[in-house]
Amino acid sequence: MARSIDVSDLNIYYGDFLAVEDVSILIPARSVTALIGPSGCGKSTFLRSLNRMHEVVPGAYVDGKIMIDGQDLYGADVDPVAVRRSIGMVFQRPNPFPTMSIYDNVMAGMKLNSKRMKKPDADSMVERSLRGANLWDEVKDRLHKPGSSLSGGQQQRLCISRAIAIEPQVLLMDEPCSALDPISTGAIEDLIHELKDRYTIVIVTHNMQQAARVSDMTGFFNLSGVGQPGRLIEAGPTKKMFTNPEEKATEAYVSGRFG
Amino acid sequence: MADVHTTDRPQVVFPPTPFSGGTSHGLRRAKDRLATVLVWLAFLIALLPLASLLYTVVSKGLPAFSTQFFTYSMRNVVGDGGGVYHAIIGTVLVTAIAAIISVPIGLLTAIYLVEYGSGQLARWITLLVDVMTGIPSIVAGLFAYALFALLFGEGVRMGLMGSVALSVLMIPIVVRSCEEMLKLVPNELREAAWALGVPRWRTIVWVVLPTALAGIVTGITLAIARIVGETAPLLITCGITDSVNFNPFSDRITTLPVFAFSAYATPSFPIEASQEKAWGAALILMILVMALNLVARLISHWFAPRTK
Repeated sequence: MARSIDVSDLNIYYGDFLAVEDVSILIPARSVTALIGPSGCGKSTFLRSLNRMHEVVPGAYVDGKIMIDGQDLYGADVDPVAVRRSIGMVFQRPNPFPTMSIYDNVMAGMKLNSKRMKKPDADSMVERSLRGANLWDEVKDRLHKPGSSLSGGQQQRLCISRAIAIEPQVLLMDEPCSALDPISTGAIEDLIHELKDRYTIVIVTHNMQQAARVSDMTGFFNLSGVGQPGRLIEAGPTKKMFTNPEEKATEAYVSGRFG
Repeated sequence: MADVHTTDRPQVVFPPTPFSGGTSHGLRRAKDRLATVLVWLAFLIALLPLASLLYTVVSKGLPAFSTQFFTYSMRNVVGDGGGVYHAIIGTVLVTAIAAIISVPIGLLTAIYLVEYGSGQLARWITLLVDVMTGIPSIVAGLFAYALFALLFGEGVRMGLMGSVALSVLMIPIVVRSCEEMLKLVPNELREAAWALGVPRWRTIVWVVLPTALAGIVTGITLAIARIVGETAPLLITCGITDSVNFNPFSDRITTLPVFAFSAYATPSFPIEASQEKAWGAALILMILVMALNLVARLISHWFAPRTK
């Protein structure tokens, strides 16, 4: 049930401060879209506006339009809590719930919303989600150990299985590998390749090789100076963005001449 | 659009590092010794009154301990004999009710301040909690007495009134400690729950509170330890009696600190027996506080999120 995301003329504010200006981008379904750009250019802010996590910061709001398969994400009758159930998110630092076991972490989306499940259904969902995140073989013998007993890379994959357990349509990843070693990073990139058959994935990354490896589409964000809003400079197929971009700034960034 | 710069970085040259310290090295060591000695000295001086207090209370209180001391009240006791059973019951009842009043109010206030509060109201609440922390305990007692005198008439005495006075003292402590503990819960955990489509209140109940549970329980236990020894407000509100009173909603009720005070201030004959019982009550109180501290440590050990 992947969906495409159509963003038009989006401005994102923190109170009076315009953080991201005038973003229009079409994110196709069942593909990986990478967002790259220097720090502070609004990639993460933009990503968080896609599941309405942006507005948990007091005073933060957006204007413009985000349509997910024709449905307005910021429509007056849209419940942000319901939005977040269908758009999963993986954060920069692995954040499993420390009070819960591995099993309960995967079940968290159900348990915290008091959805009752029969034990066999729950077991199969946990197994499916952990297999989906390539973690099952490593943890199947210790499902009831605390989630924080895992290594960083395993914790991040646990967070991915937690996110996909609620079967979202879109999966947002905010620098999911920046706290991980190259081997764990490789495991997660493989996983992203597998997941894109079923989900629309948007990933923010500082690692341009990673963007080139995992994504079909790339969007380049930049800002013209400190205190200025971030902008989407260019977006297009990854191959084109890395070999023959339209904009000079994109070329300078992807070739490592700045940033 | 950002300008693109291709800078040639200047070569960095590190100065050679001298590893032989010379005289400055010896001087630094001497200063280090001096500071260590001073810190230890300060520590020992701070420890002195504590050790002396412990020794005095234990040596004077322990002789009072007997089966009779723990199982008898002072009702109809003339001369030697009798015990502090009534005061133990009174302390447990009054303190328990104070905790029952304070914990929900304090915890909910802390949750409001940390999870929801922003702007004017939260600032006012924080200010008022700060002011409450500084209320002298006798004023809390007078407040409770004035309140109950309005409701039940002058001269009223009851355990509940004492509990209300103690709550005035306990609530700000509970708010402060719970607030600190809730602030320690990483925001990433809240965001993780929100991103799963969990509403705010469920996130608080099922993620934030369990994560902070050990600290919250420890804070509450220490707040109880702090108020269990209050005397002044209970003198006004609970009064003193020689009998056991299991009903905190009517009549005088004696607590351990008030008993210790009155046994010393207005002793019966023989004076030595009264004084010995006062020290005994003080020792029980200290054991209680120490037990509460131990319980707090155990609880924080049990409830702390495990990693293995």
